[in-house]
Amino acid sequence: MSGSFPSTAGLIVAQIRYQLLLFVRVPVGVFFTLALPLIMLVIFNALFGDVTVMTDGGEWPMRQFYTGALAVFAAVSATYTNLANMVPIRRDEGVLKRWRGTPLPTSVYVAGAVGSSVVIAAVGVVIMLGLGVVAYGLEVQADKLPAAIVTFVVGVAAFAALGMAVAALVPSASAASAVANATILPLAFVSNVFVAIQDPPRWLALIGDIFPLKPFVTSFQDAFNPLVEAPAFNWPELGFIALWGVGGAFVAVTRFRWEPSAGGTTRRRRARTPASS
Amino acid sequence: MSAINVTGLRKTYGSLVAVDDLSFEVRAGEVYALLGHNGAGKSTTIEILEGHRQRTSGEVSVLGLDPGRGGRELRDRIGIVLQTSGIEPELTIREAVGLYGSCYRRTRPIDEVVAMVGLEEKVDHRIGSLSGGQRRRIDLALGIVGRPDLVFLDEPTTGFDAAARRRSWDLVRSLCADGTTVLLTTHYLDEAEQLADRVGVMVNGSMVAEGTPDELIGAAPATVVSFVLPPDSDRGALTAALPGLGPLAAGENGRVDFRSSTPTADLHAITSWALEQGIELHSLSVHRPSLEDVFLQLSTSEQTTNGEPEDIG
Ligand SMILES: Nc1ncnc2c1ncn2[C@@H]1O[C@H](COP(=O)(O)OP(=O)(O)OP(=O)(O)O)[C@@H](O)[C@H]1O
Ligand SMILES: [Mg+2]
Repeated sequence: MSGSFPSTAGLIVAQIRYQLLLFVRVPVGVFFTLALPLIMLVIFNALFGDVTVMTDGGEWPMRQFYTGALAVFAAVSATYTNLANMVPIRRDEGVLKRWRGTPLPTSVYVAGAVGSSVVIAAVGVVIMLGLGVVAYGLEVQADKLPAAIVTFVVGVAAFAALGMAVAALVPSASAASAVANATILPLAFVSNVFVAIQDPPRWLALIGDIFPLKPFVTSFQDAFNPLVEAPAFNWPELGFIALWGVGGAFVAVTRFRWEPSAGGTTRRRRARTPASS
Repeated sequence: MSAINVTGLRKTYGSLVAVDDLSFEVRAGEVYALLGHNGAGKSTTIEILEGHRQRTSGEVSVLGLDPGRGGRELRDRIGIVLQTSGIEPELTIREAVGLYGSCYRRTRPIDEVVAMVGLEEKVDHRIGSLSGGQRRRIDLALGIVGRPDLVFLDEPTTGFDAAARRRSWDLVRSLCADGTTVLLTTHYLDEAEQLADRVGVMVNGSMVAEGTPDELIGAAPATVVSFVLPPDSDRGALTAALPGLGPLAAGENGRVDFRSSTPTADLHAITSWALEQGIELHSLSVHRPSLEDVFLQLSTSEQTTNGEPEDIG
């Protein structure tokens, strides 16, 4: 056979670029992933920015609390929510099946989807922190940046894996968006994203503690909490998040489907239907 | 050398047997058409050969590889046009062809592919804005962008207008002029007659007939002779005068159709009789059965013998 296959690195870069192109061309996705957390930041700060908040670390300004929390929320939207929504849509459309019929290794396709969601997450976090610094006096300390970056990497990797796990398990795209939103929104309330719950009821605290969102939020916030000393690495929390990620990746790899499920109701949502089928 | 070899292929979905002891061969460079009624098992067969579905049992080889585990090497050498599959509606045609093309070892230039399927004017339009037939042509484009040795076309021209269909026939012919092997399914019998070197007819998951279009038509019982008797003439008199003709199908408005294995003699007898009687036979015609007649006959008789009659009119 003539020639050799294009390099894997080149293919992954091309896939990430293409997924990003698709992302920016779906306005509703851009709004929910990037714009909504920013709007929340502005609103929350207008409402509560000047009060202080008590957490385990002590008392600190709400605006620093919110910026870190909503940055994580943006990162989770970009990875978990985004993948759990988009991958089943592409599967229902028959796009995944088409890709599987090409010589592109399926792992490269997945790397493109996950990689692009991480890029979007990074963009969301940077915009969020930028706005925090410019508008709300957020202090970024250089000696705690490594902890912020490591927390970000571990967190988005885990939530991307969990998003792929949801994508693998749900039967159809409409079920996927219900599952993704029904899991992440309630969880965000008990995970210090929208409110810092002081002395929560035991069961609420427990729910926050057994899922990986709250550890992600608090670990990331610590990197911007003036009361926490550098380097601000929370290794036990990071390990806990990573464990969830490994579980998600296992489910995603073992249960992933490339074809629309037979009899899926949304199967033909955007796909063509030749007359004779 | 054969491009595809299928022996004793069987595929079941639960208790439903979709493909049953199917065997056939597609030679390298050949255009092979699979025909069959809806649900005959054509797509199931073709998707097993593409590696999209796992077979229940039997042997298949595609370009010398097992499609169940042919992997990247095989997928680089085949082109797939599925019966139904989606494509990212947010992309333009140029972007899609470039992107899908970029993962093959031997890629055709974007403009060449787009011209081959006749979409030059739409190349920078979003796919979501195209008509159904235009999208189907993108499926074709993506099936050939990697210069495949073997192309699977599952009802490739469904939804095409007449001009687009002719154009895609030309495309298939130009592919096989370059030595590409084509396995296609279609419900358009004229398409099979035009394109296929050989045709296989499937009924309920099994092959009931196979051969070149001419062989299949030649094996059909007979030539069809038809004409219209004037209203006042007596059909009984015709039968009585020409007992050799056997039973005549009674049609509407004096129309008579019959199958003849000795058309020359029968026609002579009929026309002599008509001349004697001073009758003019209107709409007199003699025609060879088309592939469509053969197909209808095969699939009705087979389905009936399988206890699953189907009314095909
Ligand atoms: N994924 C599936 N699960 C269960 N049954 C299936 C599945 N795919 C096909 N079948 C059944 O298998 C039989 C053969 O289907 P197939 O799609 O191969 O037919 P076909 O010859 O391609 O028909 P058509 O001309 O309508 O495309 C049908 O009875 C169909 O209902
Ligand atoms: Mg079919």
